[in-house]
Amino acid sequence: MDKIECRVLVIDDEQDFVETLVRRLERRGFKAYGALRGREGLDLLERHEIDVVVLDIRMPEMDGLEVLETIKRRWPFVEVILLTGHGSLESSLKGLELGAYDYMLKPADLADLIRKIKEAHERKLLRREQG
Amino acid sequence: MERRYISLQVRIICAILFFSVVPLVILGTSIYYEFYRSYTRQVTDYLRSILEDRKHALDLFFQERIAQLTTVAYTHSLEQLRNEEYLEYIFRLMQGKSQFYIDLGVIDQNGNHLAYCGPYKLRGVNYSKALWFREVMRRGIYISDVFMGFRQYPHFIVAVSRHEKGSWWILRATINTDFFESLIKTAQIGRGGDAFLLNEAGVYQTTPRFQGKLLDAIPGFRWPHFRGTRVAEMNFRGRTSLVGTTWLKTVPWLLVIATDLSEELKPLHQAGRLSLVIGIGGVLLVFLGAFTVSRIMINQLIAAEREKEALDASLLQSSKMMALGRLAAGIAHEINNPLSVIKEKAGWLKDLLEEEDIALSRNFQEFAEAVEKIEYHVDRARTVTHRLLGFARRMEPFQESVDVNKILEESLSFIENEALHRNIKILRSFDPKMPFITTDPSQLQQVFLNLLNNALDAVDRNGTIWVDTYYNHLREEVVIQISDSGPGIPESIIDRIFDPFVTTKALGKGTGLGLSITYSIVQKLGGWITAENSREEDKGAVFTVVLPAKARL
Repeated sequence: MDKIECRVLVIDDEQDFVETLVRRLERRGFKAYGALRGREGLDLLERHEIDVVVLDIRMPEMDGLEVLETIKRRWPFVEVILLTGHGSLESSLKGLELGAYDYMLKPADLADLIRKIKEAHERKLLRREQG
Repeated sequence: MERRYISLQVRIICAILFFSVVPLVILGTSIYYEFYRSYTRQVTDYLRSILEDRKHALDLFFQERIAQLTTVAYTHSLEQLRNEEYLEYIFRLMQGKSQFYIDLGVIDQNGNHLAYCGPYKLRGVNYSKALWFREVMRRGIYISDVFMGFRQYPHFIVAVSRHEKGSWWILRATINTDFFESLIKTAQIGRGGDAFLLNEAGVYQTTPRFQGKLLDAIPGFRWPHFRGTRVAEMNFRGRTSLVGTTWLKTVPWLLVIATDLSEELKPLHQAGRLSLVIGIGGVLLVFLGAFTVSRIMINQLIAAEREKEALDASLLQSSKMMALGRLAAGIAHEINNPLSVIKEKAGWLKDLLEEEDIALSRNFQEFAEAVEKIEYHVDRARTVTHRLLGFARRMEPFQESVDVNKILEESLSFIENEALHRNIKILRSFDPKMPFITTDPSQLQQVFLNLLNNALDAVDRNGTIWVDTYYNHLREEVVIQISDSGPGIPESIIDRIFDPFVTTKALGKGTGLGLSITYSIVQKLGGWITAENSREEDKGAVFTVVLPAKARL
């Protein structure tokens, strides 16, 4: 695990949240990027190699589910973990249908999040090997 | 029943009564009037025919008498008739065929009684001053009014005169009134009818049946002469009567026949009374029908309105819950975002505290504790928001596999604080082997919350609420029992406890809808709910909810 660097992109409209999460992830050995808007996140994906995206569902301008759709279309191997502050089961389920790896309710425990990121990363590696 | 329902019922009854009674009355009165008319006409015609008949008989009688006397006078000479033996012979001859004659006399033109045959001693009497004598001398034929005369017996005189050998003589007969008395008596119809003869001066020529006597005069009597018969309704001796009158042809006498109209119309009045009774009976029947029909209608109206109110209330309730759910979701979402930031910041602080140099600082322990506390309270807030989200999510109709015990536990968590506050113990006895059932968890939670809130209200303070669950393997049903130490359900309403608007709570406190909504939800979920009072001393009301373990299709 340590040998392979895991690159994480956090997309959330809450700037403080993105900044802190990126810092904490980096502290735990991840290569982390942050984006405040869906489009910004897609730009980052364009420029950098990303393994796992942590994506907020409810965002202005470009909705989390739209972003998810675009990611899955253009970078099918990138795994996405949805974050939702909303209790709506439907959007979460829809996200899973669109190919998200999992979803988590806000505020999520960092330990849980990291565990899910690692699992997603493993799956990505597995799929790429098979693919 | 409400006032407006009563007034509605009164209006319906009035309308029905009006539209049925008015035609009934019109029909009844017109039929009665028609009957009255034809009946009166019949009576009038009958009276007229009797009048004609009696008049004819009387005229015939007088004409016969005149004819008999004339025949005798002109077939015999004075010489023959002066012989009393011969006169006697003639008298017997006349009397042989009819018993009307009292006596027979022959009078010369000076009024001297020449010959007489009869029961009285009248020979030699001079009649020259008598009215009849003068009249017969003047007119040749004369019929007198009835009088008593020397004989003290009602009779009248028929006299004819004959001119023979240069002088006049008169044949005179006295006739009793028996014949026309009896003829007229038979025309006295019914018990109140009367018949009599009057002369022009209003003197009774026959004995009337009721008032007055023979030869009494009716004071102020005047009656015009006319031909034929007249029948008129008039007040006759104080009674409404039908009075027929006709003048005789041979004598200036008025034949009067009166019938008591009320007696004649008795059958009509009886029929009228009978139809009135039937009519009143009919109206009563119509009223009864109108009352019953309107009562049924209004009961249905009330039921429909109640149903509508219940439906409205449950719609209101569910829309309220929906709105509440949306509000809860919104709040949860808005709070979750800042909570995430706080949590991450606190986490970041914790990360930093792990670095050595800070760990050596004097207040390291304080910092660490503060961060721990922040994280702890963020987690607390998170449980609240997640519970709100759970509540909100359940507003959407859903079929989920749910753990009834868990839902019950969640519902209890809503009221636990309140229970603690009021010193109410909650004793759980959950079946650990409860299966998951497929149902709508939010609806189920509403059922539990309603029942638990009712239990809280019933206990009020210092008591116990028991919550038991168990699984009936045999019937594949889960049973949830919620009982309390309250006073129980009053026997008077226990049968109607699930009806809308039935409440034991003080006026304005309860809508009386909670249990009816609960009932309908449980039914919708395929189960049923019962209410009873516990037989145990310290327990009050017991509500049992039974749900199928497997969804029944």
